[in-house]
Amino acid sequence: MPGIAEPQPGALLTPDVSRGASGERRQGLWQVLALFIAALVVAPLVVLLTRIGDADPELLQHLQDHVLPQVTGNTVLLLTLVVVGTGALGTGLAWLVSRYRFPGRDLFSWALLLPMALPAYVLAFVAVGLLDFAGPLQTALRGVLGADVRLPPVRSTAGAALVLTLCLYPYVYLLCRNAFDGQGQRAMEAARSLGLTRRQAFWRVALPMSRPWLAAGLLLVVMETLADFGTVSVFNVDTFTTAIYKSWFGLFSLGTAAQLASLLLLIGFVIAVTEHRLRDRAGYWSSGRSRASEGERLSGLRAGLASGACLSVLLPAFVVPLAQLLAWAWPSSAGIDTTSLQAALRTLGLGTAAAVLVVGTALLLAYARRESPGRVTRLATRVATLGYAIPGAVLAVGVFVALGLADRLLPAITGIDWRIGGTLVAILFAYVARFLAVGSGPVEAGMSRIGHSLDDAARSLGANSRRRLLRVHLPLLAPSLLTAAALVLVDVMKEMPITLMTRPFGWDTLAVRIFELTSEGQWEAAALPSLALVATGLLPLILLDRQTRAAMPTPAREPAVKAIAT
Amino acid sequence: MSSQLELRSVSLGYRERTVVSALDLTLERGDIGCLLGPSGCGKTTVLRAIAGFEPLLAGEIQLAGHCVSRVGHTLPPEARRIGMVFQDYALFPHLRVGGNVGFGLHRLSDSERARRVAFWLEVVGLAGMEAAWPHELSGGQQQRVALARALAPEPELLLLDEPFSNLDPELRDSLAREVADLLRERGATALLVTHDQGEAFAMADHIGILEAGRLQQWAPPYDIYHWPANPFVAGFIGEGVMVDAHMLAQGDVQMPFGRVAAGSMPAPDDHPRPPAGPVQVLLRPDDVIHDDDSPHTARVLRKAFRGAQILYTLELDGGVQALALVPSHHDHAIGSRIGIRIAADHVVAFAAAPP
Repeated sequence: MPGIAEPQPGALLTPDVSRGASGERRQGLWQVLALFIAALVVAPLVVLLTRIGDADPELLQHLQDHVLPQVTGNTVLLLTLVVVGTGALGTGLAWLVSRYRFPGRDLFSWALLLPMALPAYVLAFVAVGLLDFAGPLQTALRGVLGADVRLPPVRSTAGAALVLTLCLYPYVYLLCRNAFDGQGQRAMEAARSLGLTRRQAFWRVALPMSRPWLAAGLLLVVMETLADFGTVSVFNVDTFTTAIYKSWFGLFSLGTAAQLASLLLLIGFVIAVTEHRLRDRAGYWSSGRSRASEGERLSGLRAGLASGACLSVLLPAFVVPLAQLLAWAWPSSAGIDTTSLQAALRTLGLGTAAAVLVVGTALLLAYARRESPGRVTRLATRVATLGYAIPGAVLAVGVFVALGLADRLLPAITGIDWRIGGTLVAILFAYVARFLAVGSGPVEAGMSRIGHSLDDAARSLGANSRRRLLRVHLPLLAPSLLTAAALVLVDVMKEMPITLMTRPFGWDTLAVRIFELTSEGQWEAAALPSLALVATGLLPLILLDRQTRAAMPTPAREPAVKAIAT
Repeated sequence: MSSQLELRSVSLGYRERTVVSALDLTLERGDIGCLLGPSGCGKTTVLRAIAGFEPLLAGEIQLAGHCVSRVGHTLPPEARRIGMVFQDYALFPHLRVGGNVGFGLHRLSDSERARRVAFWLEVVGLAGMEAAWPHELSGGQQQRVALARALAPEPELLLLDEPFSNLDPELRDSLAREVADLLRERGATALLVTHDQGEAFAMADHIGILEAGRLQQWAPPYDIYHWPANPFVAGFIGEGVMVDAHMLAQGDVQMPFGRVAAGSMPAPDDHPRPPAGPVQVLLRPDDVIHDDDSPHTARVLRKAFRGAQILYTLELDGGVQALALVPSHHDHAIGSRIGIRIAADHVVAFAAAPP
């Protein structure tokens, strides 16, 4: 009787040296590559952290006495206001749009995302231009009510918080809307059947159920607020980022800048870790697909109030600033100066180069994770995509310091005299470190759709590795790669602190032009480059909209890919 | 002439963990084989090794007389001329049906490829569907496309990995029969992996029962059911109970409820009768026959109505429980006693495991 002999332990441990040797070597290579990318990206941050210890005691005293208390106070106040503001606006609007039907609801559903297209520093200078003492609003008020009428000063922490709230609430709104939509009607019906009123059900069921999404959205808001440089500089509010810039380019003290940057970096690390934990946990909360809510139809006054609420956010956050920008830009559009045109071309070129680099790196990381799915590669990927939590100002200092070190060390080692600091290589490196996560998201998602069985199927049909790459992987990845590239392109074009601090001398981009023009109060001149940025900023929103539509439950879009593990 | 597929003492595994050990298996040209086993038994690993996705720890695999896998040498899958149908079908979502079926025919001219694609789509009953996208098709249609795609390059061997497990039960049975007919018509040699006995019985010429990485039996369906090689196969295939009994010297069996003649049907060569002593006897539902005239009776413990038949769980004398499949017009109440007879044309007995 073959096959039913007692198991022979000896046979189970047959030694085999040659088995899968090439496969394991290839896995090892991918692992090394992932580690190399992670090391490269994290190098500036590590160099920065080593600077915490070796501070000039005099500078440290100055920091502690004059800079830190004020900067910390401003930052904490700003964070608190923005978190409360975006939390309230985001969840409120998401609830309204997700659970009720009212005039314009379908339009508002995506229009409420439009403020994402507006860089915060653009809204900031429009707000200052409109509301400042010399602005049209206060001038008009004085005309009507007399010369003594004053509004509270716009250039304040509260003003900056308001602008950031209007710019950043879409993060919370988007995530909470997805959470509310995902919950479906079932949970609410269960709550109502257990005797809760609609209001009680919101506070005790819907909101707690969407806690992971709300937290994730607020965390993004915290990151963006901490990283913000343009808005607070327009409002003259000193936070960590502006303090870093002023220490470096005002006091010419890179040491002080590095000190401040390393402090902010530590906060960034804490946030990044928290964010990863939240994201891991969010998976347990999604309870599969359930019937989407039809929403309760509102009528009369309540419908008007609902539409009015959406409008009252959308007007100041997007419509009015856009109109004002157009009004400012109109007279000057006849004569577009060559400086701006050159800046626009440079911005586009820089953004494209960064997008290609980021997507290429993200693709390598995605393949590393696919080919060598171990803990090491996973950790390397996480570390490599840490940059999104690190404020641009911090990264800029880190890259500058790290490249300064490299510029000193490398010629000594290689014997070739080269300099990377202050070149385009430096700025592109900083962009990759900052935006690798932005590009990695779509690429990873695209890669996860290519099940291993597709590879196996192609091989069983006689396709070698080249044919598999060209005929299976690339066609399937192409949309994800394009999405990733577009997102990175737009982010780089809007990016201000890194560009400002690490660009080659005199190499102005649109964001830099806006910074320089607004710091001199030339709102009209800054309007046209701002409009260009807003236009490109609409691109990711269109992509996002298409993505949400594609994610709608269409039957059998792709055959369920199950792991082959029998 | 050599066999189409031959596995010689093949062992498979990952690093220190051996998943399959010392597996021997032969499939003749035009035969359909089936590996059947509980999940985790290693059957998919065997299939992937034959396809060339897994290297061997020991042994050798021959395909159409050529060695394709041995220790230290694994001919890559793309060079093997095997076709494979995957559990999730693995259709290329970016290619239309025509592109999927023609994927393995890339060495042909465009017109020849189109002709072959049309031919194979017609064979699987999807004539003219070249321009459809995979996601527009039903599960059964996707399955057919996957089959056409695997068959189009005319492989030496077709491998099917749980090909029907994602389909509705009704569709599963009809499609399994249909695919079996199609493969036989084309003279294809195929090896199927499944955990569904119905599928295996409907399709296969030979069934292999795999458990804990070992091939327990490799035999035609009839033998698997009626002459299981060991208690595991007996328990895994079909319904039935194992009854403690005693083998007598002259070949009869002393059961708790009475003595049963060894039967007239000769046992196959690989089923030597266990020596006299304690044994376990397999009682299938079709071995226990309801007969009102029989002197033996049993008490009805449970009944499950199955339309044409009722499956009774009976308590025989001596406390033994057995199953009996009885035409459903013999409707007896739970607790009543009915007359039974043990079909004595063959007795499957295993030497009882030493305590």
